[in-house]
Order: sequence, then structure tokens, then C-alpha cells
Amino acid sequence: MQYLPHTSEDISSMLQVVRVDNLDGLFCTVPEDCRLKGDLNLPEALTEWELNDHMEALSGSMAVSPEYKVFMGAGSYEHFIPASTSYVLGRSEFVTSYTPYQPEMSQGTLQAIYEYQTLAARLLGMEVATASHYDGATALAESLLMAIRITRRKKVAISSLIHPLYRHVVKTYFEPTGYEVIELGYLKNGVTDPAGLDEMDDLAAVAVQSPNFFGCIEHLRAIGEKAHDKEALFITSFTEALAYGLLKNPGSQGADIVCGEGQSLGIPRSFGGPALGMLASKKKYMRSLPGRLVGQTKDLDGKRGFVLTLATREQHIRREKATSNICTNNSLCALAAAMYMASVGCSGIRELARLNRDKAEYLKKGLREAGFAITFDSPTFNEFVVEFPAGFEATYGHLLKKKIVPGLSLPPYYPELANHYLLCVTETRTKDDMDALVREVT
Amino acid sequence: MKESLGATGLILNEPLLWEKGKKGRCGFSLPRRDVESFPLDQELTGEGPDFPDLSELDVVRHYTRLSQWNFGVDTGMYPLGSCTMKYSPKTNERQASLPGFAGAHPLLPASLSQGALKMMFELEQFLAEITGMDAITLQPAAGAHGELAGMLLIHAYHKKKGTHRSKIIVPDTAHGTNPASVALCGYRPLPVTSNEQGILSVEAIAEVMDEDTAGIMVTNPNTLGLFEENIQEIAEIVHAKGGLVYCDGANMNAIMGIVQMGKIGVDVMHLNLHKTFSTPHGGGGPGSGPVCVKNELEPFLPVPRVVRENGRYILAENYPESVGRVAAFHGSFGVTIKAYSYIRTMGSKNLKRASELAVLNANYIKESLKGTLHLPYDRPCMHECVFSDEHQKAHKVTTLDMAKRLMDYGFHPPTVYFPLVVHGAIMVEPTETESKEEIDQFIEAFRAIANEAKEIPDMLHDAPQKCKVRRLDEVAAARKPCLAG
Repeated sequence: MQYLPHTSEDISSMLQVVRVDNLDGLFCTVPEDCRLKGDLNLPEALTEWELNDHMEALSGSMAVSPEYKVFMGAGSYEHFIPASTSYVLGRSEFVTSYTPYQPEMSQGTLQAIYEYQTLAARLLGMEVATASHYDGATALAESLLMAIRITRRKKVAISSLIHPLYRHVVKTYFEPTGYEVIELGYLKNGVTDPAGLDEMDDLAAVAVQSPNFFGCIEHLRAIGEKAHDKEALFITSFTEALAYGLLKNPGSQGADIVCGEGQSLGIPRSFGGPALGMLASKKKYMRSLPGRLVGQTKDLDGKRGFVLTLATREQHIRREKATSNICTNNSLCALAAAMYMASVGCSGIRELARLNRDKAEYLKKGLREAGFAITFDSPTFNEFVVEFPAGFEATYGHLLKKKIVPGLSLPPYYPELANHYLLCVTETRTKDDMDALVREVT
Repeated sequence: MKESLGATGLILNEPLLWEKGKKGRCGFSLPRRDVESFPLDQELTGEGPDFPDLSELDVVRHYTRLSQWNFGVDTGMYPLGSCTMKYSPKTNERQASLPGFAGAHPLLPASLSQGALKMMFELEQFLAEITGMDAITLQPAAGAHGELAGMLLIHAYHKKKGTHRSKIIVPDTAHGTNPASVALCGYRPLPVTSNEQGILSVEAIAEVMDEDTAGIMVTNPNTLGLFEENIQEIAEIVHAKGGLVYCDGANMNAIMGIVQMGKIGVDVMHLNLHKTFSTPHGGGGPGSGPVCVKNELEPFLPVPRVVRENGRYILAENYPESVGRVAAFHGSFGVTIKAYSYIRTMGSKNLKRASELAVLNANYIKESLKGTLHLPYDRPCMHECVFSDEHQKAHKVTTLDMAKRLMDYGFHPPTVYFPLVVHGAIMVEPTETESKEEIDQFIEAFRAIANEAKEIPDMLHDAPQKCKVRRLDEVAAARKPCLAG
């Protein structure tokens, strides 16, 4: 076995030093009745070459680009990833290191995460961003808990147009806590209805996603003002980070905490994970942030350097009073996002975001002209909702056979939206792909 | 000793990203615009983020230089106790980046994602076999996330029984995340001290376990690197009062093929795929923390679950007693592929051998260094051993000084000042993938450092000398935080 370096000679000389007769003797502190009798029942070991064949067969059965044209977003987006990003991200000094507990030996990771925090804060229009969370959903749950800690209130209001699976995660995190989650309904034009807020008191936070699950751009400023009137924190969430290359950032719209999914920033979809939970806030809430933070400092010679900081918030010091239990986060995904943001740059991200929006508009126009209803008339970014005729399931199945995945069926998430589908177009779909989709559904 | 590994190569300086570049550059090949532009209300658009504009080479050099200021397992021995920095096989990286896996959308219909679902289903079976548990969820994204999921399961279990319990027993030799995970679930951690042998005594648990206690969270092998010998009797006591036994399985790498936790009284445990199953740690994640349960907890597992029906795999949601979801999609799928590949290439025999050699390496270091460093618990250890700086106190040299000096010798320091039960702890976990020669060199380095502590202690106070930076002012960093540039 190529990963195990010990020769039998090594083993016997080491056993001698330990003064044990054989390898089995090393486990003398494990009581006999705790020991497994016999071998584990696992498949026979594969060689590296057999593994290649086996995994290629599994991978080959998956519906992916370029063979399949997938018009599905809903929190996971297909974007081009430059080879340079994947290549430098694969540097094993980054990949095979641990959390940077020893800063003198981890300045690469630390400076890179500090830069990520900075670029993330700039993208979202906030003052500070954490080093990363697991995904957009857990970042939202942690943001809501953070607001509860800050305000010492026990109730939050969240938009029903926040990604349904994110809301499910929030519900799961909140179940044993006794904190209350109230959902805000939505209006005919596909944005959150904030009217319900007028009746609510003692809210810790109001949370809204923009662009929302239907792809519609929310009136963040107006909802934020309502939240602040109630002395609640205003949390904005997102699933498509690229949108802020074009749209006004949430910080400029009054957000106190911004959280969401950074997968669009150079991270492969990988069947949903690993992903990148992004979380940023105003500086005044910095000491209530969950998760790791990297800060700038100086070494003994006065040279600039970076360290993990504000650790007194964290579980290894504060134990049960910590702001979160998060320890291992998604550092390498944050690094990918930083590399990606540095590569596209200011003008690049704007043009790329614009292209996403325009392509989605092109498909929207094509479907509308083909006679399908575009359900919500609010402006959208790169996703939108279409109503197909009753019985579209058959067409959907037919399209799958033609290697087109025409969006996500909405009724499992919004039962009132029978025959409605959420479609997504990014820069990876060509005009021909879109024309073909319109042709096939008509 | 042989020539030391530690040397100063040509390490280049590199500014911050935004101190480089020039407006108008771009490091990205902008995709072709094949559609017209559509108007968008000016009210909605912003200025665009203030990112630096860099060329592709600017970006590549930046990160290449930064990477050279870092130390990874591929650079050298990284004996960080409890973190299990074993070698991450390269073939596993290859498998995870196969286009069918890396490019897959998580909400694809099951008919179009059989390969991913089959891999998940089989990995769950393998993990069940290795742990002796009955059912698995791969959804938790890291160990602490698994702990939270496990606590949610315990909470749901008691709730279904119609009882509310307020406490969880957490021994002083448990992992640092345990109390925080307990608290997130609304429980109060009840600390219990280990005995003079460094393990839990049956009496200590019997004394505190009552009907208001939901269960115990025990790290086994514990953070002193010792097997909790009384685990079966402890489990009996906890079960007799209606509680559940949670095992933090972060140290499972010591006992693969030796102990199946499900057979010795454990009801729920998490694994760290980024430790035991060789997936790389990425400088702080992504990890993966599957949770394994016995049958009585299966109904509460997160959804969706991967199920096999008539030879096909589907994602099933219909589990009314489920705690819900702990992640938006299926957790760290890309990480689970690497663990799957590892298990498939190791097989039963080599997994057991890996545990045996991890334990051999740790005991070899313990025996070789116990004269040099103080060994507070002198008994056979599992995969890691814990020393302290007791012998060096006379020379005013601390654990931290020795840890920093190790860097100059070309080794990553062990975990220091943890576990808390040992004052000035030095927790060494070599893992099975380090050869005897590497380990001998590490032992020699530590002996040389102990000599320096006696003879030239200032050398240690000033360490490290060969890293990119010297010791950093962590107090200033926390007092006046600068978290963004």
C-alpha cells in the first residue's frame, strides 16, 4: 500500500522501543470485549488504476455540461472557472495545511483569507466579513442567531422568498431553541410583502433574500427601513453572489448583516458542496460574529503579518458561551472565491454580471414571445419563473431525454404555483442553447 | 543529527492584492456576448465592487508566492495532535474533480444523478460497517456541524418520548467544540473530570447521571490519546437513566477495524472525513462530518436520505420525524468522494493497518521522548501522546517557545496548550503516513531543542528565525482589530 511507509523491519525495531511484542499488543488498553472479532466487511481494495475506471463510470452517469444543457440555478450556478483559479488553488501548501493556528508557518493562508474578507466585504458593501461558513443556508441560520444575541429578542421574521431549503435549515437550527420564526408572504409581482411587519413587535431581525428565490430583485431599502423602525436588525441573504457585480450592494441599502452563498465565485457546483457560506456585518457587530476572523498585525521586527483573531468569541476559549460552534469552516472555498474575484476584477465582474442578466432576459423574451407567461413582472437578475401549460411534465421528461434540463419545478416548494418552473441562465448558456430550449418547449 | 530540514529558501515578498495591478487589466477571459443588451432600471444598479484589476499572471504569481509562505503535509511532518494531518492521496483529488461530479447540480432528477447517489449510498454503508452503526447522514459539513446534528437527534429523540432534559455530560478530555455544540441545542454542558489515569471512571458518571440528563458526549479515544476503557459500563449507566451516548469520533483513525463503536454502547457518533479518511484540510476546511446512528435514532436523521429502490437510487424526503436539514444540499459531497476513494483503495486490511501504524508511531514517539519531555500520563496511548513543558520550566522555556523553535527545524509544531487537563500541553499526533526516518528526525529535533532550552534558552525565546515572519503580536491584533484592508 503506497500510503503506508513502514517496512516489516521498521515495525519490529519500533515495537522493540515500545516494548510490545506485536502490533496487536499496542491495543492492550482496549478491553477484550470491546474488540472487533474478525475483519471489517468492505469491498476488496482497488488499485489506483481500477479506482480510476470505477469512478469514471460513476461520474459518467451524471448529467453535466457540455453534454447536458442545464437551465437550473436555485442556489447552485454554472459559471466558467478560469484554469488559473483551479491551478493555483491546487497548490498543496494551501490544500494540505490545517487551520492556521501557528501563524508564522501559515502566512500564505492567513494573508489570502484576509484578502478574501476584504473582497467579500467590498462586494457586499459591508465593513467586515468572516473567514467563511459551510454554505449560504448555515450562514443565514448563524446570522439570525447572531441578531438574537445582539438584540436579546427571541423572534425573527423571514421572507418566504428566501430559498426554501435555507428556510428549512433555519427551522432545523431553531427547533430546540424556542426562538420563533415568522414568514412574510409575497406579492403578485414576486417580491416580499412587508405589510405583515407592521403588526409585529419585539423582532430581533427581518431577513430578506435579493435576488430572491424567484430571481426578483427586492426593494431592500424600503424593507430595511421598516425593520429599523421596529429596532430589528436588517439581514439580507443571497444565493447568487455574482448579482452584486451589477446590482446595488446590500450594505448601501441599509443591511446590518449580509449572508449567503459564494459558490458562483469560482467554486464548482459539486452536487451542492463543498460550498461557501459568506457572512458580513457592520463593524459595530464584529464581536458578535460567529466563525473565524483573520486580522492584520505586526511581527517583532514591525513587519506586516496576519493572525487568527478575536478568538475569545470562539468555542475553544469561550466553550459553551461561544458565538458559534464552528471550527473547521470552508477556508479553501473562500480562497477560490478570492482568486476568482481577483481574476475578474472590478470591470470584469460588472461585464460578466451584465451578461448573465442579458442572457436571462433574452430567454425570458423568447419564452414570452412563444406564448408562455412570465409569472412575476419585477426585474430579475439571472433567474425567473415561467408558467408552462398543464401537463408540461411530459414535455419536461422529453427534454431530459434530449439532454436539456429546463429548470426546477416549483410546486414541491410553493404548492400554489402549479406548472411553474424556475429557470436560470448564466454566461455558460449560449444563444443557440436558449433558442433550442424555446423550440423544444413550444 | 543529520542536516536539519529547516532552511531559508528564496522566499519572495508579495504585497496585498489591492496594492498591485492597474485599472483596465483583467485576469479573466470574458465569455462571448451573443445576445443584445437589455435595459435595467438605473435605480437598481450599483457602481460595481471595488476590486483590484489584475492580469492572469499577476494573480498566479500572487498566490504562488503566498503558497510558499505556508506549510502543508506535502511539505513536511505536521504532527498536530487531534487534527490527524495524514497524507491526502492525490488520486482522491483527481476523482473529486471528474467533470460528472464537479459539474453536477444538486437538484438534478435522480435519473440523471445515479453515479453520485450510488457513491453516497455505498459510502454510508462503508461508514456503517467501520463504526458498527446502523444508519448514516453525510449532510454535516464538518465535525462540529456533525456534533450539532447529533445533538439535534438526541433532542428529537427525547422530545418524541415526551420528556425534556436540560443537560449533557461533557468530560474535560472532550474536544473543544463539544460544549458549544451542546449549548447551540439548548442544553447545558455538565463538566466531568477524568481520573488520575486520564480516563473517565464509572463512579464519576454514576454520580452525575440523572433523569434530567439527555446523555453524554464522550471523545473516544479521548484528547489525551487514551482509550476510554470503561465505555461499556458508562453506556449502561447512561442508558439505565434513559440517556443516550454520543461519541465524538474525531479520533476514529486510531481504531479502524479494532473497535466498532456501535457494538460497545454508542448510540450516535460523528466522523471527520478530513481526519480519519484522509481528505485534505484546506487550511481550515472544507471538511465533512457524517453522523452515524443506531436504529432507534434513524427516524430522526436529516433529509433527504439516499435510498435504493429496485436497483435505482433516489433521494427520499418523507421522514416525518426527521430533524430537518442541516445544510442546503447534500453537505460536502466533493469531500465525501475523496473519503470514498480512500476506503475503496485501502480496503479492510489496510484501514486496520493504518490504525495500527498510527498507534505504533505515537507510542514510539512517546517512548523516545519521555525522558526529554515530561509525560504526565505514562501509559500506552492510541494515535497521539501528550507531553508538557514541566522539565523546561527551570530554564524559563515554555511549550510555545519549543513549538516555535520546531519550525526552524522544518516541522510543523504539535497542538499546544490542549487538552486543558495538562498544563502546557504538547500533543503529538504523527499519523501512520510518516515513516520511521521522518519520525526519528522529529525526535532528534525535539531532543536538540531540549538541549538548547538548557544551554541557549534565548534561541528559543526568539524562535522562529527561518519563517517568513517572526513572532506576531496577537494581543495587538485583538485589541485593535483590522479585519479588512
